[in-house]
Amino acid sequence: MSAALADSPWTRSLRKLGAVAVFMVRLLAQCGPALARPRLIVNQIYNAGSRSLVIIMLSGLFVGMVLALQGFELLQRFGSEEALGTAAALALLKELGPVITALLFAGRAGTSLTSEIGLMGATDQLTAMEMMAVDPLRYVAAPRFLGGVIAMPLLAAVFSVIGLFGAQLIGVHLMGVDRGSFWSQMQSAIDLKDVVEGVTKSVVFGFACSLVAVYEGYYSEPTAAGVGLATTRTVVASSVLILLLDYVLTAGFL
Amino acid sequence: MTGPDKPAPPSVTSAPEVLIDVRDVHYAIDGRAIFDGINLNVRRGRITGIMGPSGTGKTTLLRLMTAQALPDSGKVFAWGQDLATLTSKQVYAVRKRMGMLFQNGALLTDIDVFENVAFPVREHTDLPEALVRTLVLTKLQAVGLRGAAQLMPAELSGGMARRVALARAIVMDPELLIYDEPFVGLDPISRGMIVRLIRQMNQALGITSIVVSHDVLELASIAHDSYLLSGGKVVAAGTPQELNESSLDVVRQFMEGSAEGPVPFHYPAPDYETELLAVEDP
Repeated sequence: MSAALADSPWTRSLRKLGAVAVFMVRLLAQCGPALARPRLIVNQIYNAGSRSLVIIMLSGLFVGMVLALQGFELLQRFGSEEALGTAAALALLKELGPVITALLFAGRAGTSLTSEIGLMGATDQLTAMEMMAVDPLRYVAAPRFLGGVIAMPLLAAVFSVIGLFGAQLIGVHLMGVDRGSFWSQMQSAIDLKDVVEGVTKSVVFGFACSLVAVYEGYYSEPTAAGVGLATTRTVVASSVLILLLDYVLTAGFL
Repeated sequence: MTGPDKPAPPSVTSAPEVLIDVRDVHYAIDGRAIFDGINLNVRRGRITGIMGPSGTGKTTLLRLMTAQALPDSGKVFAWGQDLATLTSKQVYAVRKRMGMLFQNGALLTDIDVFENVAFPVREHTDLPEALVRTLVLTKLQAVGLRGAAQLMPAELSGGMARRVALARAIVMDPELLIYDEPFVGLDPISRGMIVRLIRQMNQALGITSIVVSHDVLELASIAHDSYLLSGGKVVAAGTPQELNESSLDVVRQFMEGSAEGPVPFHYPAPDYETELLAVEDP
């Protein structure tokens, strides 16, 4: 292979993709042993999940409210304002809930995971574990990864519920949509399939975001600048990945 | 040779004499040669000092001795096993026989002092909690920090953090203790404490020790064997006193802390005057 080809952006991207894939296999292999220490995973669900609750709830509320305003405006043109509940629920359950939760998760919990692991590397904590014959992938990376995968669908569910509350607040109380129609139409139109689609998306996004965050932290340069760059890469890569996967999954569920 | 205050190395007759054997190791990072055929060994029951100017690869040498890195050529043996041929499981088995004290302590920052010291015990054994507690408190008492068991690492001074790290390094009773720059950044009292602890670990527990440092005086007061690294090679080996009496320029420069000598003070640069005069007018 020529030097130019070996250093081309395509080759570098492929090499990075390969490195992430190898890391993923090693990480998944350590998830079983990590389950033997559930306390570590519970701590990480708390760190990634509970600590993101406020931002998720606030965002959910405002997204639901905006959805009601825009939805009402649109549906009014066709004289079907009563379908506002259905429209809001479908949008939140299948798209906005999983996608926005994942984007917020990448910004809030993903960056925190990357910088924490990166700093552990920079302060020799990961090497110290290696020297104590403890695999850092099992003790540090796997619990954080599993914590993220478990926390994401729970956060997306909270987002959707609060979003529906916000939509109802604006649609029913401000715009005057009939409360009975709002809830009953929603109840009859939403299938289990819609819920499954939303949950599947949030689990996949949780997997992708946590993998990216843990990988970037684990392999960040052990310097202040290196950890900062890794944190930025986490947000950028996670966001692009979420939107790309969203398209693939939506197409798959049609 | 042993000085008046220096502990006599414990006599060991059964096990092999050499624990770590570095043979003709070459190692480069990004094309820059760090080691160019280095040879040294660490003998059981003794304190081996590894000295050298900053940037000579002392910490890299420790990475090679602990299989964190593998040599480009040459071999590193630990307890007679070639580290390059071991599986990761076998490497972990070798590391269980070692304890390492990092320059900054490398304590886990999200758990307290007690849990830090208990960490290897909990990971590698199923001892009942009462026994873990006794074990941890015994080691913390040995380093004088039993009273700090509930503190978080962020609440410790540099010297205290290093003593906690030492307690953690000895909690599994290793055969070999590796100290990476244990005296850096410490006040004279903490420095004296660490020197005393290294000596005690060797004398009372018979632990073989490797101390990497550029603090000549401290190292000379405890080491039985010393190696001086420079330019990717061992330039002098022997007892600290033999190094002190060496007539080699590089050894003299290092032992006397002189700016003049084979180890240059200035990083390679173009001519000073030419560079100053080459500045363009604004």
